[in-house]
Amino acid sequence: MTRTANPARRSAGLTGVIWTVLAWLAGLLFFLPVAWMVLTGFKREVDAASNPPSWFFTPVLDGYRQVFDRDITPYLLNSVMASVLSTLLVLLLATPAAYALSIRPVERWRDVLFFFISTKMLPVVAALLPIYLLVQDLGMLDNVWTLIVLYTAMNLPLAVWMMRSFLLEVPAALIEAAAMDGANLLVTIRRILLPIVAPGLAATALICFIFSWNEFFFAVNLTATRAGTSPIFLVGFITSEGLFLARLCAAATIVSLPVVLAGWIAQKQLVRGLSMGAVK
Amino acid sequence: MTTTSTTGADAPPRPTVRPTRPDRRHRWARRAPLLPALVFAIVVTQLPFLFTLYLSTQSWNALRPGSREFIGLANYATVLTDGRLRAALFNTVVLTATSVIASVLLGLGLAILLDRKFPGRGVVRTLLITPFLVMPMAAALLWKHAIYNPSYGLINGILGGSTDWVSQYPMVSVVAALVWQWTPFMMLIILAGLQSQSLETLEAARVDGAGPWQTFTRITLPYLRPYLELGALLGSIYLVQTFDAVFTITQGGPGRATTNLPYEIYLTTFRKFEYGEAAAAGVVVVIGTIIVATFALRAISSLFRMEDAR
Repeated sequence: MTRTANPARRSAGLTGVIWTVLAWLAGLLFFLPVAWMVLTGFKREVDAASNPPSWFFTPVLDGYRQVFDRDITPYLLNSVMASVLSTLLVLLLATPAAYALSIRPVERWRDVLFFFISTKMLPVVAALLPIYLLVQDLGMLDNVWTLIVLYTAMNLPLAVWMMRSFLLEVPAALIEAAAMDGANLLVTIRRILLPIVAPGLAATALICFIFSWNEFFFAVNLTATRAGTSPIFLVGFITSEGLFLARLCAAATIVSLPVVLAGWIAQKQLVRGLSMGAVK
Repeated sequence: MTTTSTTGADAPPRPTVRPTRPDRRHRWARRAPLLPALVFAIVVTQLPFLFTLYLSTQSWNALRPGSREFIGLANYATVLTDGRLRAALFNTVVLTATSVIASVLLGLGLAILLDRKFPGRGVVRTLLITPFLVMPMAAALLWKHAIYNPSYGLINGILGGSTDWVSQYPMVSVVAALVWQWTPFMMLIILAGLQSQSLETLEAARVDGAGPWQTFTRITLPYLRPYLELGALLGSIYLVQTFDAVFTITQGGPGRATTNLPYEIYLTTFRKFEYGEAAAAGVVVVIGTIIVATFALRAISSLFRMEDAR
């Protein structure tokens, strides 16, 4: 990842400055909507709806106060529960599966691998109706556990592919040496595999967390007030109602913050995770 | 890439003895760690589709209790002759294709800008990936109200005028918001490709007198091809299922201008309660997806083989 500048494009002097300025402008332009969101969240509603837009203002916390008054907290807690538990469940299912597809592969492991990824390509809308009816039948509508199961299934293929790519990096010789020394499976896993794939596990967990935290389709169709996750809190903002922009931006900032922070911290792992382990 | 890895098809499996016939217990021991995940995936993702298949043969409107009966393939006739599904299919293709192409091109441009050392490179990179991390639902609301709004939105606030962006350019509005979110994703993948390029090749090209543009089109671009394909492929898998942005920004409108397949099936299910029809539409979409996915899987498969070859 880290590398010195590309010599073919190492341009000195003026050209270099132009490229640098361009890169900065692009970065700022892409960030502008986010900056605008954060800024607007700290405005009074009158300032938020002003035209031309006001860039300088005394920051207030009215927006945030209103969002918490409208009880965003249970939604956030539901999101935490759904994302964290489904992520744990995914790792529990995916890691052994990845082991059986890499270190001690089953026959036809390629077919299995492609079966997993093909489930990711099937459109979720086609499964919505049967899932809805089934969940309704079981009395599990508006229940966080329903989301946990669905998010686990949603992230499983991704996690299997990622964990497999990390497990493949464990040198075969190391595993053989352990077997030679008479280490049993559990010892091998704890002493050799886990330390090597720990960063991989973290990267996989991060990606699964991001996708579950942001999931909207199942959440909006299968939950209501009791099990609604944070994007469901935002649904109320779809139709505009009087002055509400500051409140909207405060809420959008709050619900986006966990993933934005996690993504910033783990930038390097992000690439590998998003490409299912294909890009290192 | 580590030399010991056995990533792909042609790489030999790890040096283990192939199980012989009496080794059935051994083979099941091997399969055991795989089974929970496999069974879970089959139960949660495949069984619902069988149920969809059954539902698609029923005439069933949830608003008319007791109206449920077997009608064979009549729902398919309705779905395929009705213009709605075709319109939704067309919108899905337009929406997916334009957002994928635009975000890959922009992502390529940004990746090139970032593939050199300059002051604050890490900061710029962080700024650039942020749109991808914002919750899609929050991003859609942000664009709809804080950016597109005709009276207090940011675009009209900066450029002046009172254009109602969402109703005048509905598809462009949705696509722009999606491109904003997905460009960072493409950039990250393409940047990883650029940085894995061998410096010797580039140096050799320079020594041989190739200009920067020639080096880019003749060497870098062909080298990047698998990365561009991978980005486009993964982007398509996600973008073809776009729901949040349509649901939030346009509600499929005006008219049906931005109704894509996910939104159309959602409407049939939860607004019209035509369960049979929704199921038939779902099956049609699945068949279409299988056809497209067959090609996609072949592409993925060859991509991973290329990774191994290096």
